[in-house]
Amino acid sequence: MNLEVADLRLSFGGLLAIDGLSFGVGENEIVSVIGPNGAGKTSAFNCVTGFYRPTAGRILLDGQDVSGRRPEQIAAMGVARTFQNLRLFGELSVLDNVRAGTHLWSRQRAIDALLHTPRFRRTENEVTDEAHRWLDFVGLRGDRAGPARALPYGEQRRVEIARALARRPSLLLLDEPAAGLNHSEKAEMTDLIRRIRELGISIALIEHDMGLVMEVSERVVVLNFGREIADGPPEQVRRDPQVIEAYLGRDAEDSEIAEIIGDGHG
Amino acid sequence: MSAPGTGGASGLDRVSGFARGLFDSRWPGPVLLLAALLGPFVNATPYALNLMTTTAISVMLAVGLNIVVGYCGLLDLGYAAFFAVGAYTSGVLATRFDWPLLATVPVVLVATVIAGIVIGGPTLRLRSDYLAIVTLGFGEIIRITANNLDVTGGPSGIHGIPGLFGGEDKVVFYYATVVIVALAVIGAARLGRSRIGRAWRFVREDEDAAAAMGVSPYRVKLAAYIAGAVWGGLAGVLFGAHLSAVSPGSFRFLDSALILMAVVLGGMGSNPGVVLGAIVLAVLPEALRDLVDWQYFVFGVLLILVMLVRPQGLWPARSRETPQDAARAVRPEVRA
Ligand SMILES: Nc1ncnc2c1ncn2[C@@H]1O[C@H](COP(=O)(O)OP(=O)(O)OP(=O)(O)O)[C@@H](O)[C@H]1O
Ligand SMILES: [Mg+2]
Repeated sequence: MNLEVADLRLSFGGLLAIDGLSFGVGENEIVSVIGPNGAGKTSAFNCVTGFYRPTAGRILLDGQDVSGRRPEQIAAMGVARTFQNLRLFGELSVLDNVRAGTHLWSRQRAIDALLHTPRFRRTENEVTDEAHRWLDFVGLRGDRAGPARALPYGEQRRVEIARALARRPSLLLLDEPAAGLNHSEKAEMTDLIRRIRELGISIALIEHDMGLVMEVSERVVVLNFGREIADGPPEQVRRDPQVIEAYLGRDAEDSEIAEIIGDGHG
Repeated sequence: MSAPGTGGASGLDRVSGFARGLFDSRWPGPVLLLAALLGPFVNATPYALNLMTTTAISVMLAVGLNIVVGYCGLLDLGYAAFFAVGAYTSGVLATRFDWPLLATVPVVLVATVIAGIVIGGPTLRLRSDYLAIVTLGFGEIIRITANNLDVTGGPSGIHGIPGLFGGEDKVVFYYATVVIVALAVIGAARLGRSRIGRAWRFVREDEDAAAAMGVSPYRVKLAAYIAGAVWGGLAGVLFGAHLSAVSPGSFRFLDSALILMAVVLGGMGSNPGVVLGAIVLAVLPEALRDLVDWQYFVFGVLLILVMLVRPQGLWPARSRETPQDAARAVRPEVRA
């Protein structure tokens, strides 16, 4: 799926959270949105997924203007997302959490559920199989029958991604999927993001871990105070003076720069 | 809830382990149904039959409200309104137009669905705390309307409602009620374990996350509301047939609050829990009858104590996967 964000603006009262953001995610591309804390990255995702109504600008999905639609309508168009602060259904089982992703494409009639017809059993098994398949895909190790809140943090992140994948999306928005993960978990997340792309899904990614961003992205969009200050391939963006300044201030040492923009990864 | 005795921690553990095994097994439902069916053989006095029938009807109400409050997380303080719509619709048709009571059921279904849409349609877009107040208001509006209309018989209500099959014996009516209520309980449980039942819980747990997965919170809430309305309305038909009369005095705020109490006491979202809650609430005041003036005081104190000891309810809801569903994890193609 093709996402096109054109001159997006969003204000909360007097605060301009996004001030003219334009970027695109092409078919089967990974595009990262980076920027310092409070730059407006999550707000931009919330506009794309219908949680915030943009003050101005357009959001096009495969050429169709979807700005102003509600989240469930955007999801119905083939968009799935994860949240920066995990938003799992904590009391529900891990399997049920992932089954949520199947809601849009699974079909079941209330009468079949009431009578427990063979068709009901078939749809239930289908949904359960699908949930297991995605939990396998994200490599979940924890208990699938227990409540989601009982899982360790890193595992919960996987469940949230499995839930989004069970939506069978064409576009996936990941908001800091590697936040709070340890080193080896980050490596697994990098691998997972690559494998998701191999499924043919377009990915928009917000991430603070520059190593991960530089490794997986086709293009990187940089936001600062709601303004877009750079947009291009990773190797170009990481050398952009404006980007370096936004992250480190004017007088940063070269070694600091290298550390934060992941120059060491070559 | 059992006395800990002197066994200490291990004794308590064993008791709670036993209780959990019991709760999770399949047989509490059939055993309860069997007990209900055997009831009249133990005691068939009019008093006992009346109590058992009333209890069964309140079980149906609690199960219906549990769809709204427990599954979907919508606080409804005016549930008696749907109970009233069902009781009055069938009552009016049966007494003024001489319809057989069973023939009124399709009309009751339509009327309750419409009532659900009329009340739920505008209010379910509100935040949940406003919803509580609006539903409370609608509950009163329905009651006051019934109190003032001629067709509903005003304050004295409707009399002479026939039985389900036109004037059957009280025992026959009781058995019919048990069968209908049992089907209502099973139906609610099955809805709860289906696609729409999961959607209700997604919305209850996190509306935004549910919407991000394409679940429309509004439509899902409306579906819960309508299902609750249908359950309540059908319970109303039984209620009118049981008393052969309906009057506005049966649909006060207190009645809505008592149904809600059954849900909270039993365990919100837990179908077996709310059945138990409704039975306790119906039977406990009768068991305390000998205390005369103190009856409702002790009843209230006991309820407070139970909620202090078990805030999650007598039989709380737990997310449960069947072993078959959980075991699907190890699928052949993955192991290969
Ligand atoms: N619902 C809201 N109401 C008011 N202000 C908001 C709201 N959401 C975000 N903001 C403000 O908009 C600005 C951008 O926030 P946003 O969460 O989009 O930043 P971010 O780039 O995702 O930051 P981080 O890296 O810390 O997640 C911040 O100043 C924030 O306080
Ligand atoms: Mg953010």
